[in-house]
Amino acid sequence: MLRYPFMIHALAAGSIVAVIAAVVGWFMVLRRQSFAGHAISLAAFPGAAGAAALGWNVTAGYFVSCFLVAGILGALGPRSQPGTPRESAIVGTVLAFILSCGYLFSALSGTLLSETTHTLFGFIFGISQAELAALAATAAALLVVLGVVGRPLLFASVDPTLARARGLPLRLLDLAFLSALAVASAEGSQITGALLVFPLLVLPAAIARDITSRPAISLLLSIGFGLAAVWIGLVIAYATSYPSGFCVTTPVFAGFVVTRLLRRRERGRIARQVVTSP
Amino acid sequence: MNIAAFFTTSYLQHALIAGSAAAITAGLIGYFLVLRAQVFTADAFGHITYVGALGALVAGVNPLAGIFLAVSITAGLLAVAGGPRGGADDVTIGATFSWALGLGALFAAIYTTRVTGAHDGRASISYLFGTVLSLTTTQVVVSGVVLAIVVGTLWVVGRPLLFATVDPRLAAARGVPVRWLDAGFLLLVGLTVGQAAQTMGALLILGLLAAPAGAAHLLTPRPIAGMLLAALLALLAVWSGLFVAYALPDVPPSFAILATAAFEFACAGAPRVRRLISRRALVHVAG
Repeated sequence: MLRYPFMIHALAAGSIVAVIAAVVGWFMVLRRQSFAGHAISLAAFPGAAGAAALGWNVTAGYFVSCFLVAGILGALGPRSQPGTPRESAIVGTVLAFILSCGYLFSALSGTLLSETTHTLFGFIFGISQAELAALAATAAALLVVLGVVGRPLLFASVDPTLARARGLPLRLLDLAFLSALAVASAEGSQITGALLVFPLLVLPAAIARDITSRPAISLLLSIGFGLAAVWIGLVIAYATSYPSGFCVTTPVFAGFVVTRLLRRRERGRIARQVVTSP
Repeated sequence: MNIAAFFTTSYLQHALIAGSAAAITAGLIGYFLVLRAQVFTADAFGHITYVGALGALVAGVNPLAGIFLAVSITAGLLAVAGGPRGGADDVTIGATFSWALGLGALFAAIYTTRVTGAHDGRASISYLFGTVLSLTTTQVVVSGVVLAIVVGTLWVVGRPLLFATVDPRLAAARGVPVRWLDAGFLLLVGLTVGQAAQTMGALLILGLLAAPAGAAHLLTPRPIAGMLLAALLALLAVWSGLFVAYALPDVPPSFAILATAAFEFACAGAPRVRRLISRRALVHVAG
């Protein structure tokens, strides 16, 4: 299996995307911004379709549109905290509208039937050496930036009121986080397709946060689960020729279900103990 | 362009009838979704319809049956996994539907390679983005039935549902069966999304639920007026979208519908944004 360059490239690219998606997704889950994350990750589709329609570089299209949507949500965001009716309506509208733009661009450029499935569901076994290098460089830059803003971002995510009182620039941190989501989405979409970046963002982080509430450990666990998902998934995809998106999401979703059920049982036991003890 | 033909061509009549039914249902249910901040749940249902449709195609069953089966199962699962607010939290919802989408990709791959033998993903595209201009009579009838169910149910439980949405604790204290209402509401959302998925597509139905209702919430705080306004704005979006798509055949109808809906939302929000900006400018000058 490792004799084939396409397989090595796929494993390397998949690992890079798994790491940045796990880190950014961990903050996304912490901040309860899954819906916004979903919208930004899907922005890759109109970006790719629009770039193809205009004859631009497709990678540029991914980045421009992901940043555009992150900017729109950031600009409309601060007055609409996650979980409020306003935020819900805004994100839903933006998400559906950008997807319909992608549909329009594909229809106008005549690539609807040939390219759309690739853009949406990805093509992990077709990555070149140059694409891999660009991917690694962007990922390294993103990790450095997150290393710098990580602690204040964590503080601002856990307790925004206290963070504001301590003089942290909440607005700036919010924008920084949305930009990180944009980079991770633009990167990931080129590998896994626009529709399947979101599982890599949400699933490893969701498992890790169910297992432990200690930040550093759950962040590392999240990266580990992301990597494991990609590796297991790619091996299954290689062996069975089922679509890589399905093979990558299934083991990690199974892990999520198991940890959720275990946690539920644990909570039930604690609750019973509390009730029965005098 | 022949305006009369717009109303007499049979596929456009189908589109207008089913589209109007979808618009009214989506407007009404969307009003509650926005009020409950549960638009993300509807997003999940949208993705599930794709899985249901493709799964049914693989199994050789009618896709409509697959869609409604899938949304019913999802409504049940979300109701069971639900927290105090009736809906599951955003992480559970996101985790579940993101995996379901992987399953959809699997069904799509099996269907396009083994069942049809064509590799162009035509089936995927039509279920993701809707086929409002090629609806069958059955689909139109189903749209009408779902509209009747939703309007009928809201007519009966609309008031308690509103009470349970605005203040769940007080409602529970007054004996309103909040949990049952939450579960029932999820099922109504599923039916609405399943019905509208035929016209708008799995990915785009979200806009018809969120945008007109979001605009209505900005324009009026009164519930009945807001619901009617949301339905009306959704109808307006569907009609003008269909008309634009008829006048400009290159533009996909679901894009035109969503562009109108997003424009309505933007117009409703514009005065508020302008007020906020001018207030901030005043603070800036004063400070």
